[in-house]
Amino acid sequence: MIRGADSRMNRANAGAIANIGILGTSAGAVVIDAGTSLGQGRAIRAAAERLAGGRIARVYVTHLHPDHSYGIAAFDPAVVATTAPVLVSLRSGLAAYADGLYRLLGAAMTGTEPTLPGTVVADGVEDIGGRRLRLLTLAGHSAVDLVVLDEVTGTLFAGDLVFHGRAPATPDAQLDRWRAALDRLLTLGHRRVVPGHGPVDPTPDTAIRQTRAWLDWLERTFHEAAARGLSLAEVGELPIPEPLATLAEARYELQRSAVHLYPGVEQRALGPVQRAP
Amino acid sequence: MARIAHLLRQFRLAFLASCLAAGAPVMAGAPADPLASPIWAHRLAEVLGPSADVRVDPRLKLLVPVVTEDQRSFPVLVDGRALAAVQRLIVLVDLNPLPVPLDLDLPDAEPFVALRIRLDQRTPVRALAQLADGTWVAHGVWVDAAGGGCSLPPVSRARADWAQGLGQAQARAFVDSDGGVRLRARLRHPMDTGFVADAPLYHLDRLDVRDAQGRPLARARIQASLAEDPVLTLKPRARPGDTLVVEAVDTGGIRYAAKAAVPAVALQTAGR
Repeated sequence: MIRGADSRMNRANAGAIANIGILGTSAGAVVIDAGTSLGQGRAIRAAAERLAGGRIARVYVTHLHPDHSYGIAAFDPAVVATTAPVLVSLRSGLAAYADGLYRLLGAAMTGTEPTLPGTVVADGVEDIGGRRLRLLTLAGHSAVDLVVLDEVTGTLFAGDLVFHGRAPATPDAQLDRWRAALDRLLTLGHRRVVPGHGPVDPTPDTAIRQTRAWLDWLERTFHEAAARGLSLAEVGELPIPEPLATLAEARYELQRSAVHLYPGVEQRALGPVQRAP
Repeated sequence: MARIAHLLRQFRLAFLASCLAAGAPVMAGAPADPLASPIWAHRLAEVLGPSADVRVDPRLKLLVPVVTEDQRSFPVLVDGRALAAVQRLIVLVDLNPLPVPLDLDLPDAEPFVALRIRLDQRTPVRALAQLADGTWVAHGVWVDAAGGGCSLPPVSRARADWAQGLGQAQARAFVDSDGGVRLRARLRHPMDTGFVADAPLYHLDRLDVRDAQGRPLARARIQASLAEDPVLTLKPRARPGDTLVVEAVDTGGIRYAAKAAVPAVALQTAGR
């Protein structure tokens, strides 16, 4: 695994904040997620080729967020794969991140163009060089989220459905579907989890439950705040309880999530629509 | 190349500085700007008039998030309760083409307002408070933002349902833990800035808060840089059992009205 920085994207980390999975097979390397830029994608490709004997057999893209998808252009499109629903979401949403990324990361983005995977795979088991990889399309962190389970080692590459030691990000989240996806992940029989962000969880469920605890707290907190009449600015300043307060970027993600999710909650709490007589 | 670019940049800065020095009215009472905004003197003269007496005071609280997640809807809270007898609050966004999303008279309300604003670019965001003696207090902060908060189409224009929401308002009153009353109002409006093709300037223009007898408590003048579907949080001086009336009108004459009864007690929430 190539560990992403457990922080927000900035020029110091050049956008390399997501974890990248690399597996060796007799057919070449399997890579899970492609990084943020052409440069980062090339570095991932070089590392994977070195570790796994010179060729890339497969790159899976878990979802549309650019820290996972903007490095696709560094790879042969034919080896880059995702499931059909993820491809639909990439097609409609990928291009929109380009301006923001260039502004935020500057030269680190040089040459990067949003690029789509060239291969569509179905949910189920894909055998690559004798390594059985189980693919499962879920949703909730974004409109569609792919997870990859390496059956040989029992390692679950959970994409951004699971955060570990770092506060979850919710720009396209649907909390009900996210919780259902986490429930499903708990049934997969895996041994350890590679989260989208944060250190590997050597247990099957610690990071999954931590992600769930943050989402539950977020939703409960927004509903209580709306019932008390708090404004969006005040919601971003609410105390974060232990142990959630120790997650990296907790305040930053709370303030982002408030912008994503609080307007809908407060709208329902402000009572019936009234009109001038 | 780098050297030429550097020289060009220097020239542009010098040119800009000379333009501003020549064009900006000199204000007797304008303090040096701790934010070094390129158009501070110009904006102050434009908004407060050329002879306003202004001083910088961080006791005028300005609360904004650490990140601009959405440049079309950036949360701001202004709290002037640590100052004596504030009668007017202004939110000033120096580098917005519509620099005053909200200008609030406070005939009988605490100097407190929360709102969401558009940010057209990285800019100083400031609160200005006028005291009873007519002088002004200012406090601000630079806010980084991706461009386009005033020039991207409103969400309801993209959805094409903006007209259906016109005239719709929600209002609810709360009792804060300090016993004060809080009023929240949400009004459906695209708040067109005029900077989007084929959508001329069209926005909520005035908003009034009164008690049931028609006595004014707060009065707002609004520009289109207040975010789409505005949500305002105010603290009018009222008592449990009172009814608060919110009325607004947009630049096309569409009227809004909503009532909110002040509840008897502060809402208790679990776990707090």
